[in-house]
Amino acid sequence: MGNLHDLLMQDLRFGEALKACMNCGVCTAICPAAEFYDYDPRRICDTVQRQDEEEIEKLLRSETIWYCGQCMSCKPRCPRGNIPGEVISVLRKRSQELGYFKDSEKGRQQKQLMNSIGSNILEIGYCVHPDKVDPAYHPEQGPIWEWYIENIEEIAPKLGANYHGDGPGALRKIREENLEEVRRIFEVTGGMELRKKVLEVEP
Amino acid sequence: MSETPKRFWNEYQKEIADDHYFYERSQTFFPGSEAAFLKIMREELGKDIKDEANQHTCTGIGYHSDVVPIETTMTVVARLFSLMTEDGYENYVPSCVTSFGVFTEMVEMWKHDPALLEQARKYLKVATGREFELPKNIAHPSDIIFKFRNDLKPKMKYQLVNRFTGKPLRAVEHVGCHYAKIFPEKGVGKSEFPHVLSGMIEAWGGEVIDYPERRHCCGFGFRQYLVQENRGYSVANSKKKFESMEPYEPDFILTNCPGCGMFLDKWQYTISELEHKTYDKDGYGIPVLTYEELTGLLLGYDPWTLGLQLHQVQCETLMDKIGIAYNPDEKYKGVSGKVLAMPDKPTVLKV
Repeated sequence: MGNLHDLLMQDLRFGEALKACMNCGVCTAICPAAEFYDYDPRRICDTVQRQDEEEIEKLLRSETIWYCGQCMSCKPRCPRGNIPGEVISVLRKRSQELGYFKDSEKGRQQKQLMNSIGSNILEIGYCVHPDKVDPAYHPEQGPIWEWYIENIEEIAPKLGANYHGDGPGALRKIREENLEEVRRIFEVTGGMELRKKVLEVEP
Repeated sequence: MSETPKRFWNEYQKEIADDHYFYERSQTFFPGSEAAFLKIMREELGKDIKDEANQHTCTGIGYHSDVVPIETTMTVVARLFSLMTEDGYENYVPSCVTSFGVFTEMVEMWKHDPALLEQARKYLKVATGREFELPKNIAHPSDIIFKFRNDLKPKMKYQLVNRFTGKPLRAVEHVGCHYAKIFPEKGVGKSEFPHVLSGMIEAWGGEVIDYPERRHCCGFGFRQYLVQENRGYSVANSKKKFESMEPYEPDFILTNCPGCGMFLDKWQYTISELEHKTYDKDGYGIPVLTYEELTGLLLGYDPWTLGLQLHQVQCETLMDKIGIAYNPDEKYKGVSGKVLAMPDKPTVLKV
């Protein structure tokens, strides 16, 4: 095993994300995830900053790093200009690359996200799209959403959308030549490699 | 000669281009809002704004859900900038607040580390053969409506005044986290006192209510909502906001992020089903509007073309307070004129 801290530092964002944490805990005080989960971004920054390899590995294999909601409320409040939410992004990326994410229940959820959001991007050119928000799996969207999906061909054009149409507009079909370019970008920049690693998770 | 007093407000301003915009669409849960924005820009303000057919996702939701690496997102952003460059535009206007944060982040990284910009150029060239220029200005559409709020006011048919009491309507605003929390100086009023939505409300006759959890996240949380098992996080954070605003009895909630607008609307329904609780006195919930919907309504646009029928918390109570004329018979008609079967009614939330 190489040096995990060095591996974190190699990420484009790490230098900006964690300069010098003084452990004041403002990030934890403002954090929506810390109110909902047993989660403490202050401790995560401290663990990474201490460069304790054993502790960093535990973190990469933990549930903890998957609790952040990426709202970045921590960013403007940090008196040292750190970005704990971005430290999390770096940890998650490395956890997936090293296969450590498979050791946590929350980490394994990445497969579900790759099969939904990740596949949507490559197949239809949207992260999310009404066609992919099935009311059966989204009871929280209420009867209005069910009504919309049942009648979308009548409703969406009334609102000015170009539903599944060619040309510009909301909900337009993304042309195949554009999708092909997006897929090639994923090939060239490591997006497909990450996808493959995440989808290796056993059911 | 007396000295001009120092105007600290200027420190909280951002540069917003005047004209010639390249519009990037969102994932479009509010198609009527995007259509209204383009109509306002072109027909009310006489601006030039490009709606490019070859655009696609910026991958922002995938990026913050950690299924898209930063190098990939950076290059997808570069492709979108190449479309802007090809079309001859320099002012980039992403509809979604997550996109606004992503584009701002990538451009800032490139400014600080030109090697990363070169890497993005190289990746894009290898993958697609394309080249791109950086935008001169990136503004969120809410920035633009804010900028022209006083130009729009004389064109408006209605004001944010309660016609029954003659008093200003009381609004709470929710600014999407990625509008100014990542790069505070990129938001009007920065992250602690964003003025982008409150400026519209005040200009158009309303009163902005401050409330303790005004800056708290709506709870989307990317993977915290997108994975069904995690959704407790999402509803719990919205609930915290509703409980915080409830004592002030707001007439409506105004948002500038398509995600926030959707969650603050739909979670009111969920909480009403789970806990038989609504956050207004009469059991209808607090209507949630996008800034495009609010602008369109005050300009006199048809609410059913704006898409208010897609809100789970119905907006008629608010429209009645403003005095907006609407035809209830048109609400459930499709584009063909066919009257659609009515949606089911919630158990608790009144409609």
